[in-house]
Amino acid sequence: MSQPLLSVEGLEVRFHTPKGIVEAVRGIGFEVGREKLGIVGESGSGKTMTGRSVLRLIRPPGEVRAKRMVFDGNDLEAIDEVAMREIRGRRIAMVMQDPKFSLNPVMKVGDQIAEAYLVHRKVGAEQARKRTLDMLAAVKIRDPARVYDLYPHEVSGGMGQRVMMAMMLIPEPDLLIADEPTSALDVTVSMQVLAILDDLVTQRGMGLMFISHDLNLVASFCDRVIIMYAGRIVETCKASELKQAKHPYTQGLLASLPRIDRPVGELSVLSRDPAWRDGPVVVDGKMVG
Amino acid sequence: MIEVGNLEVSFGEGAAVIRAVRGISFEVAAGETFGLVGESGSGKSTVLRALSGLNPNWSGAMHVDGQALGKRRSKAFHKLVQMVFQDPYGSLHPRHTVDRVLAEPLAIHGMVDVDRRIETALVEVGLGPAFRFRYPHQLSGGQRQRVAIARALILEPKVLLLDEPTSSLDVSVQAEILNLLQRLKRERGLTFILVTHNLAVVAHMCDRLAVMNAGRIVEEMDVAELRRGEASEAYTRQLFNASLGYNRARARELITFE
Repeated sequence: MSQPLLSVEGLEVRFHTPKGIVEAVRGIGFEVGREKLGIVGESGSGKTMTGRSVLRLIRPPGEVRAKRMVFDGNDLEAIDEVAMREIRGRRIAMVMQDPKFSLNPVMKVGDQIAEAYLVHRKVGAEQARKRTLDMLAAVKIRDPARVYDLYPHEVSGGMGQRVMMAMMLIPEPDLLIADEPTSALDVTVSMQVLAILDDLVTQRGMGLMFISHDLNLVASFCDRVIIMYAGRIVETCKASELKQAKHPYTQGLLASLPRIDRPVGELSVLSRDPAWRDGPVVVDGKMVG
Repeated sequence: MIEVGNLEVSFGEGAAVIRAVRGISFEVAAGETFGLVGESGSGKSTVLRALSGLNPNWSGAMHVDGQALGKRRSKAFHKLVQMVFQDPYGSLHPRHTVDRVLAEPLAIHGMVDVDRRIETALVEVGLGPAFRFRYPHQLSGGQRQRVAIARALILEPKVLLLDEPTSSLDVSVQAEILNLLQRLKRERGLTFILVTHNLAVVAHMCDRLAVMNAGRIVEEMDVAELRRGEASEAYTRQLFNASLGYNRARARELITFE
């Protein structure tokens, strides 16, 4: 990998609550190039907070600190909100898990996508509409002209997720943060959505942060994988080598999955070792720290 | 134990009628775990809801334990058949303690020895008496699902209808809940119908399964055939392939089955 698109060091996210400080992300570092980087973890592991902190989407009382957070030469920590708006949406976009809660219910989906284009480009309404129709076709929607005029409640979950993707992709971002983009979808629709993302990375050179809890999916889809536990990265490896993971947490997760190809009597249950919180981590098969 | 014959369920009327289930039939033997698999909108949950009495708008014939089912279910039916829902957040009353959640079915059925039954139920699902006076918001997702299972089992039913019982849980918690269900089934000789979209879960839990699409059963198979990937219908094969993970070439070949 030559120059990484995004480089993060010592990222911390904490929330001040009445019961004390909750450390959601505890000093993590990673780089994303023009590749598919999977971020895997269970609920509460800090994977979503990691994605959100890159776009400065964590509101007070949440607090984000990083030793270094650089996107394509821009110091994301230092720039002001005006400069951040140039990056957010235009250069780094984010697809959320559930289209139901991310689309405006009283606006036609086509107009919502066109709006995302108009905000970032100095073009007329007619051209924005044309570009929107192209984009809808690009995300494999069969009848773009019809879908353009639908309201969010009139589209299915799978179609809604593709509309979301069209909206996020229309400004042609360099980096896409996809937070569980397929977990609300059926397997077959999910495969089609992944194929679209795959094309964008391999053909257009987009970078992708793919946040997911599905180990099998990440292993088969991504190039590299980061495994998070309790706000830390406990293991990083090539996606193709995920099955040979060395960290006991990763191994435990993999072992707890039921298998379609061979029967197991009882599923193995993860017993969490307190040492995982701060103990050694695995980088590409080697124990560190 | 369970016989379903030519079951039809529709919603709406006139031109806007949606036939969610279009004449399906299957049988489940006592002590068996039967899987209903399909994508969203295939009608698999609707079948379960019709069976449990939550959906009175059905036609066809359904028998459980030799008894024909009518539109309204008797108390005896609910003592025999209980259901566990997908979302443990939505299926427990937010302002009722675990104790109240578990006491309610006992009160409805006039069962005695309430204290002992509640404590036993909590121990059996691996929670213990310490959880008895907690509210749902004080429990994790897995613990809530354990409470939902305890509530279903407290009437000592013979049949458990499971609607995506682990799909909102983390994989490590999923393993715990599936193990719990397997153990309870062994100990009590329960009969399960498990609705899920996850073929690996079906392969692990079930003896036989039916694949549904657009309100019909596309294919019925036993779990050994599923494991070997020996589906005779194209739809099942596609579902099987998609569940093996992402594959660039395969993703392009996907088609929509109507």
